Amino acid sequence: MKIGVVIFPGSNCDRDLIETLGDLTGTQVIELWHKDTDLKECTHIFLPGGFSYGDYLRSGAIAKLSPIMQSVIEHANKGGFVMGICNGFQILCESGLLPGALLHNNNLKFICKDVFLKPQNNSQLATKNLDSTKAYKIPIAHGEGRYYADDKTLSDLESNNQILFKYCSQEGNITEESNPNGALNNIAGICNKQGNVIGMMPHPERCATEHLLNIDGKAILQSIFA
Amino acid sequence: MEKLPTVQTAQSLGLLPEEFEQIQSILGRTPNFTELSIFSVMWSEHCSYKNSIVWLKTLPKKGKFMLAEAGEENAGLVDIGDGLACAFKIESHNHPSAIEPYQGAATGVGGINRDIFSMGARPIAQLNSLRFGNIDTDRTKWLAKGVVKGIGDYGNAFGIPTVGGEVYFDDCYETNILVNAMSVGIAQVGKTISAIAEGVGNPVYIFGSTTGKDGIHGAAFASKDIGENAAEDLPAVQVGDPFFEKLILEASMELLDAGIIVGMQDMGAAGITCSTSEMSAKSETGMDIWLDKVPLRQANMKGWEILLSESQERMLVVLQKGKESIAEEIFRKWDLEFAQIGVVTDTKNVKYYMNGELEADIPAEALALGGSTPVYHREWEEPAYFEKIRSFDLSQVKDIELTQSGDNSAVEISRKITALPNIASKKWVYEQYDSMVGTVNQSTQKPSDAAIVKIKGTNRSLALTVDCNSRYVYSNPEVGTAIAVAEAARNIVCSGGIPTGVTNCLNFGNPYDKGVYYQFKHAIDGMRIACTKFETPVTGGNVSFYNQSSDGIAVYPTPTIGMIGLLEDSSLQTGLSFQNQGDLIYLIGEQMECLNSSQYLSKIRNVEFSPAPYFNLDKEFDLQEAIKKAIREGIVVSAHDLAEGGLFVALMEKGFLNNFGANIKIDIKNRMDATLFGEAQSRVLITINPNHKETFETLMGNLTIDFQNIGIVEGSSIIINDLEFGKVQDYKEIYSHAIAKKLN
Repeated sequence: MKIGVVIFPGSNCDRDLIETLGDLTGTQVIELWHKDTDLKECTHIFLPGGFSYGDYLRSGAIAKLSPIMQSVIEHANKGGFVMGICNGFQILCESGLLPGALLHNNNLKFICKDVFLKPQNNSQLATKNLDSTKAYKIPIAHGEGRYYADDKTLSDLESNNQILFKYCSQEGNITEESNPNGALNNIAGICNKQGNVIGMMPHPERCATEHLLNIDGKAILQSIFA
Repeated sequence: MEKLPTVQTAQSLGLLPEEFEQIQSILGRTPNFTELSIFSVMWSEHCSYKNSIVWLKTLPKKGKFMLAEAGEENAGLVDIGDGLACAFKIESHNHPSAIEPYQGAATGVGGINRDIFSMGARPIAQLNSLRFGNIDTDRTKWLAKGVVKGIGDYGNAFGIPTVGGEVYFDDCYETNILVNAMSVGIAQVGKTISAIAEGVGNPVYIFGSTTGKDGIHGAAFASKDIGENAAEDLPAVQVGDPFFEKLILEASMELLDAGIIVGMQDMGAAGITCSTSEMSAKSETGMDIWLDKVPLRQANMKGWEILLSESQERMLVVLQKGKESIAEEIFRKWDLEFAQIGVVTDTKNVKYYMNGELEADIPAEALALGGSTPVYHREWEEPAYFEKIRSFDLSQVKDIELTQSGDNSAVEISRKITALPNIASKKWVYEQYDSMVGTVNQSTQKPSDAAIVKIKGTNRSLALTVDCNSRYVYSNPEVGTAIAVAEAARNIVCSGGIPTGVTNCLNFGNPYDKGVYYQFKHAIDGMRIACTKFETPVTGGNVSFYNQSSDGIAVYPTPTIGMIGLLEDSSLQTGLSFQNQGDLIYLIGEQMECLNSSQYLSKIRNVEFSPAPYFNLDKEFDLQEAIKKAIREGIVVSAHDLAEGGLFVALMEKGFLNNFGANIKIDIKNRMDATLFGEAQSRVLITINPNHKETFETLMGNLTIDFQNIGIVEGSSIIINDLEFGKVQDYKEIYSHAIAKKLN
């Protein structure tokens, strides 16, 4: 196993992710530069949060055209592991590696706060070791995080067990009030049909170290490497 | 041959006739238009501090942790152990934000962060201090939304968490809002960068964004009152690009690691002029600058426009000669615009050339602070409104009734107090800021009076806060400012830290108004006395005068205090919230019934003029020493100081996190309202486990400090002197949504 984190200009969660994944796995995490095409033999590729290329057009719209993404897409299509968090999720949707799109939050504001997530199954990489009755406290920080897809895609996602996390209340109930951004079906994270490409808006890497007094995110990341 | 400017030209650029004469005598000739423009910005209040420096110099600047004293670097530098240093500074962007709130606030955030990373410190946290007018006016709503979005969009994309701040709404800020932004960064001791230009022949580079006509004369604009036609000054407001800021941050860090930097400074007010002259003056060297080499974003710019442009996200760096190719490789990696635009010389003059022609030639020291820039002693006299303060008569204010219902009941007034914009939660604001990027914010799960931020790679943390209750300063500039310092220190102490250093942002009206200058002078006096007492040297900051509309109304004097503190062990972090049912609640400090300048008096009883609240600096100091000791004994479960809204609001806020109530009993000497809502200073509510009662009381008993056990954490309602005030949850509902209801 070799973990790589892609750095786009404007990525700003890259260092957090490199640190967290390094601590979690005890491995040296590889930095992958957006102008390169070499994945340096990484088996697990992560796309971090941030504002790639400034995200002035549409989140992720420019990043998908970068040289490194061509290699990442190839890696994913061969069944390689790719996970995008926040801006990374947006880039994966823009690239077509994941279905749907992430629109402006319904209050049209950037929102940063802790939200609660309910794992939707135990059959996928990111959820296999989670307690599907528990509400995991994980922060969000985004302006464009409202998951959207057409009805057909949504029902496919549901029936294929591709929905990983839904926004829920502290008690674990999936309600409208607990949906921070207006995402359809309260969707916070999904994977592709094969399960090797994962995207989520909340930031598990922001709650995986003891000094932050919340380590709910650690369980999600650990599940992937378990 | 260009016609030489006259004294009228000088005046139209904002210079005084005697300053024009002084310029002529410095140069030994009449300046040309470009030179005069340069003097007009460099001698503006914003750059020269000409009306404030006399008093600023009286502030304490020495301290055992100081690595760079005020004025030595772009920001203060404090030793925080483990070979690390903390760079921090606060700065205003008031005038641009009052005209164009989004860009004004955004570029304020950009500017202060550049000040930090141009020193070689990577920013790790941001704070801000905002003042708006009446929350019910359309203007305030427009300004507040724009400012908050501007700060958020810039800071969020730049990728540094916003961990703390303060927001007040008062009528005096209706025209002149205040936007003060603070940045805190970490550097390695001995590996910081100075704004110097040493080594004759060393190349001078500009890198970052291109240069355009935006923001020309912004510094001069910031140095005058805002009039009716201020919107016509719109080109004086700059436009920010956080994406570029992020790129120049990373490039700067790589230049630093490469060890090829001689000196570096960001381009803020007065652009190339300011950075080239200040760096040259500091090293007693000169520079030849070739303006035609500067990468431009628009055609046909004149030399003086390039010189004075305040286009954002640009840096000036002096490199070691021979290392140009290493630097250029870094610039290309980050896709930055860059060019060598000059060299360091030994002439002691900054010479600006355009296509080979000398456009301006000025001694660097004549432009830089500490050189021959003008210094003025302004006159002051007691403002007329002080008479109204002296005639305040509390007996004319009716007390509340110890009942649950009715307009004047304790419970009804408590609910009203909870919804006051200056007391209610600022969640609507701070949830628009990324507070968690960087994985250092320890206060997300454990709110505390100051924000606690982890210093990675060590077992230490920083405590950060910005504070100023300007109503207190208005009532008594000296006492009010001392309170601002004391409150900042108290917030840090209550959170588990030791106050270490101060940066200030001094927002005042027109310094030529004697009443305003009285406020300024006495505010500095209060700051000096308090900072000396707490051993928190003032490391720098910024003065913003002219926060005054053309009809003569000045803002409340607002000397915002940005303070940092150190937790020598991260585990000292102390939250403000009740943690366990049955814990004992202690009120530490003297229980004075004082309603002066309280939110209750001004917003509920509509009394505008009253003295500053009760404050005794020595007692404050003793209080903080006691809290520090108790926390270090490991027996303090929570600590929260009494601030706006007094005892009631502090109790309520302690209950919010876990929906815990409190049952307390307190002696009422004279007035119920003063007991509940008075804002007498130097009081803290703490909770301890009942098993630690004896240890705690013995510890306190050995100190010269008042303390009393006023009750226990109990249930989910607040009960005071047997009167049931209602559920904490209900107050939380009011508290959480009051501001959103007004601004959404």
